[in-house]
Amino acid sequence: MHANLPPSAPESYAAHATDLTKVYGTGDTRVVALDAVTVGFVRSQFTAIMGPSGSGKSTLMHCMAGLDALSFGSVRLGDTEISSLNDRQLTRLRRDRIGFVFQAFNLLPTLSAVENITLPMDIAGRKPERDWLESIIRTVGLADRLDHRPGQLSGGQQQRVAVARALAGRPDIVFADEPTGNLDSRSGAEILEFLRDSTTALGQTVVMVTHDPVAASYADRVVFLADGRIVDELHAPTAEAVLERMGRLTPAHQV
Amino acid sequence: MFRTALRNVLAHKARLLMTMLAVLLGVAFVVGTLVFTDTIGNAYKERYLTTLRNVSVQATPPYDEKTGEPGTVGEDTLRSLRRLSGVASVTGSVEGFAAVAAKDGHPLGEEDVTRAGNYFPQADGKDNRHPLTAGRAPTGPDEVLVDTSTADQGGYRIGDTVRLAIDGPVLHKKLVGIVRTDDISGSGGTLVLFDDATAQKLLLKPGHYDAVSLEADRGASEQRLAAEARDLLPENSEIHTGAQLRAQQQADAAEGAKGLSQVLLVFAAIALFVGIFVIANTFTMLVTQRSQEMALMRAVGAERRQVTRSVLIEAALLGLCAGAAGFLLGIAVAMGIRQLFASTGSGLPDGPLVVAPGTVLISFLVGVVVTMLAAYLPARRAAAVPPVAAMSALHTPPPVRSLRRRNAIGIALIVIGVLGVVYTASSGEEGRTTVLFPSVLLLIGIIVVTPALSGPAIALAGPLLRRFGVPGTLAPRNARRNPRRTASTASALMIGLSMVTGLTVVAVSATTSLHQRAENTVTADFEISSRSSGHLPASVHDTLAKSTAVTSSSPRREGAVRIRGDEVNLTGVDARSIADLLDPSFASGSLAALGAGGGKNLLIDTSTAEMHGWTMGQRVPVVYADGSRGTLRIGGIYRSDEFLPATMMPLATLQPHLKKIEDSSVLVHTKDGDGETVRRSLQRALDQNPLIRLRNTDDLAESAGGESITLLLNVLYGLLAMAVVIAVLGVVNTLAMSVFERTREIGMLRAVGLQPEQTKRMIHLESVLISLFGALLGIGAGIFLGWAAGKLASDSIQGYEMVIPWGRIAVALVGAALVGVVAGLWPARRAARLNVLTALKAD
Repeated sequence: MHANLPPSAPESYAAHATDLTKVYGTGDTRVVALDAVTVGFVRSQFTAIMGPSGSGKSTLMHCMAGLDALSFGSVRLGDTEISSLNDRQLTRLRRDRIGFVFQAFNLLPTLSAVENITLPMDIAGRKPERDWLESIIRTVGLADRLDHRPGQLSGGQQQRVAVARALAGRPDIVFADEPTGNLDSRSGAEILEFLRDSTTALGQTVVMVTHDPVAASYADRVVFLADGRIVDELHAPTAEAVLERMGRLTPAHQV
Repeated sequence: MFRTALRNVLAHKARLLMTMLAVLLGVAFVVGTLVFTDTIGNAYKERYLTTLRNVSVQATPPYDEKTGEPGTVGEDTLRSLRRLSGVASVTGSVEGFAAVAAKDGHPLGEEDVTRAGNYFPQADGKDNRHPLTAGRAPTGPDEVLVDTSTADQGGYRIGDTVRLAIDGPVLHKKLVGIVRTDDISGSGGTLVLFDDATAQKLLLKPGHYDAVSLEADRGASEQRLAAEARDLLPENSEIHTGAQLRAQQQADAAEGAKGLSQVLLVFAAIALFVGIFVIANTFTMLVTQRSQEMALMRAVGAERRQVTRSVLIEAALLGLCAGAAGFLLGIAVAMGIRQLFASTGSGLPDGPLVVAPGTVLISFLVGVVVTMLAAYLPARRAAAVPPVAAMSALHTPPPVRSLRRRNAIGIALIVIGVLGVVYTASSGEEGRTTVLFPSVLLLIGIIVVTPALSGPAIALAGPLLRRFGVPGTLAPRNARRNPRRTASTASALMIGLSMVTGLTVVAVSATTSLHQRAENTVTADFEISSRSSGHLPASVHDTLAKSTAVTSSSPRREGAVRIRGDEVNLTGVDARSIADLLDPSFASGSLAALGAGGGKNLLIDTSTAEMHGWTMGQRVPVVYADGSRGTLRIGGIYRSDEFLPATMMPLATLQPHLKKIEDSSVLVHTKDGDGETVRRSLQRALDQNPLIRLRNTDDLAESAGGESITLLLNVLYGLLAMAVVIAVLGVVNTLAMSVFERTREIGMLRAVGLQPEQTKRMIHLESVLISLFGALLGIGAGIFLGWAAGKLASDSIQGYEMVIPWGRIAVALVGAALVGVVAGLWPARRAARLNVLTALKAD
């Protein structure tokens, strides 16, 4: 069963998957993690992917972000068909066109905040656009902490650095994997606001995997996954509505 | 506890392999040394047993008291010895020197091992000292035998004409046979044998022998035979029974092997010391990774002592395995050391490998003790983990302990070490052994402060690495993350390189100053001398003086005289040409004195002046060898130098009183310098006589010690290589651990776009940085220690001046960088091949 596609033209997608299938193992140990998923993420929109554990939401993100190879189907990032790229090309694609925010912050402890922010561009040997960088740093409120090492920052501050890093290269799309999972609710709310602001104010495209209905309620749209398939979708969600839909997907004891 | 330890050893196989390798190599070196020395000791023993197999009594006549020449035994004595009851055979031996040329003309053999002798056939026509392998015994004055090695080196076959010289012109002899020689001076040396009469005529005097040996009938007593022989032999002959000789030579061989084994064991100890750093490092890392596990053990009731013990048992198990493997490898090392010594031409005998039971025991003991020693501190630290750490969800590294106390201790050690070295180095003779103590303190001090030093030192490299982009930014920062680990990795390399550098500084300084001095004092292009310790006939100088290539020349012609009861050797030189040939540095007077004062001026060097108490201008009464008397005036005193004679006087004054005209050497100055073309033309002028040796100033410096210093240095390099190899393993180990610890970080870097080769470069740069840091520390310490050692040696090496061998230091640095690259290969590959998703999930 396919979910209803959003009413937009294909070229307005930042990323789009068609019949994306991911199979692990063979024979008896064969597991279908994604089963012919077709989904698109509209430009300048904040999308949340939700689903119970094992629903394939992380795998979907990994495959669309060029971190994992697909077994079958196609994934387009803008005009680029990423399923045909080799490892080098994928690495370059991640570096130049994708931003990442991880649950465990994943900053380099030896680099200062600002060095962590510009890391992908430094790897590429590109000069960051100064105005853009400054506006991002201003947005995440780190101007006075740029020379601090991650060890000297709180969890919330570290994740703000990570968000700034994801946005600094003006990527086509930002993938955030449970970005609030390690944060208290206040810091979490800040991060979610930054992510939303980046879509509304800066025109970025953000896809976030989460299991937290409150986090999902910050998104413009929520896509629900179960057993490797997209089963539902919600626009302009509230936390209650998300919780209610999730409750339908999972037996009560699993929530 | 034991089972936990065992399971841990098995669980961390791959990581422990590195540690084991460090212990293993050290043990292998120790075992190799022991097996090697036991083996050559045994080989010497066997060889002496073979060479002395037919000797029951050996007798050497005493020196002639009047002439100082060695005594001889006449043929008549041999005849009467043969008539003694119980004598199976009597052998008279004639021994001497013969320079042999190869078929293509170049001289064969090292200077001291170009031997000649007689072939003394017994009743069966064979000489049992020299078994024939081909051909027949020589008969008549024109036939010779050579040994197999001479024939091989010279390219001679039976029927060829051999060119040789004994003390004069070139002789041509027909090769009629080849013998096997069991003598020790096997490789490199040459042996020529003549028939009895010819040998006596050429090497001694007709009808006489240098020594005699008896072979007893089976069952006859050696002692009785020796006693009976004593009555027939010249009075005061040295007489030994075969049993005595065998015992003596075996004892000598054992003594030699023991000395060698002590030297080798010192280097094995250095290798093991370096190994301790590597092992300690690994255990620290293993224990840190398992701190939660240890905390759990503590939480469920294990005492601190038990945790410590579990780690130590793990170390012991590891040491046991390493000891076993090291033992096996050690046997291979023994063969390697033998090869190393053989390549230096020291001609060690062959023989079966000897593995003493003690060696087996020692290999296990060393393996276990060294490993446990190295693991002790990490084990104590492991036990200090608080039980509550088991409960904390996140893996927390132990808090970084302050380096302040450590630095204070280190700086104190360095200060004491430096002051001690400077003090002992300037205290002369007795400082030679005591300097070791502050040197060790200094090295330990450096090791202690290395963690504090590593940060700033590596930070300095930062700007240089910018051009490598992100890998270049991250590598130095990663290297600084764990100063203790970086430091002990670098220290391991530092130890080896400090010794390499120190030895190189001393050796290069010594050879350079030798060359410098030869260059300065000998202005002649060539010194011509005999390859035996004997003299040249006067004809050599005559020939050279007539050669068109030679512009000026002088013999060094010696005559013994008596001055106030002391015997003094005076050297006559050509007063007119000597200024072209030698340039002594005079304390007073000058070479010009030789041509002045009516030929009555004597020049002496400072040590002669000191020995006899002679002063400038003093007149000394001289009694010449021919009995005539005269007076000489001290016309100049110059600094003693091994390239100069101790005295010089006008040849014209000395020569009329000489009984025999022969030269210790001839100095020539040529038109075209000291090149190879000139050398060849002079050699041709001298009939390519293999006895005659032409040396330019470089050759003189090399024979005066340069060559042996270089040889020794190469052997020491070879021995220190083991310590360096172990240090390299340490670098591999540290990087492998770092990659393992930073798996998630590497995953993130790869996710945000670091290419695999950039990841590799990052690890490689870190590895190179650590290696270069260790190398620089070692080179710095080595130069200082080399300076100190040089200062101590400068008393015995004239004109010693420290030379810093920049070329070799550059080679060492490039080598260290290469070591870094090689050591980084495997860890870097692992890092680059990490699966991004799995790496991101690692904890």
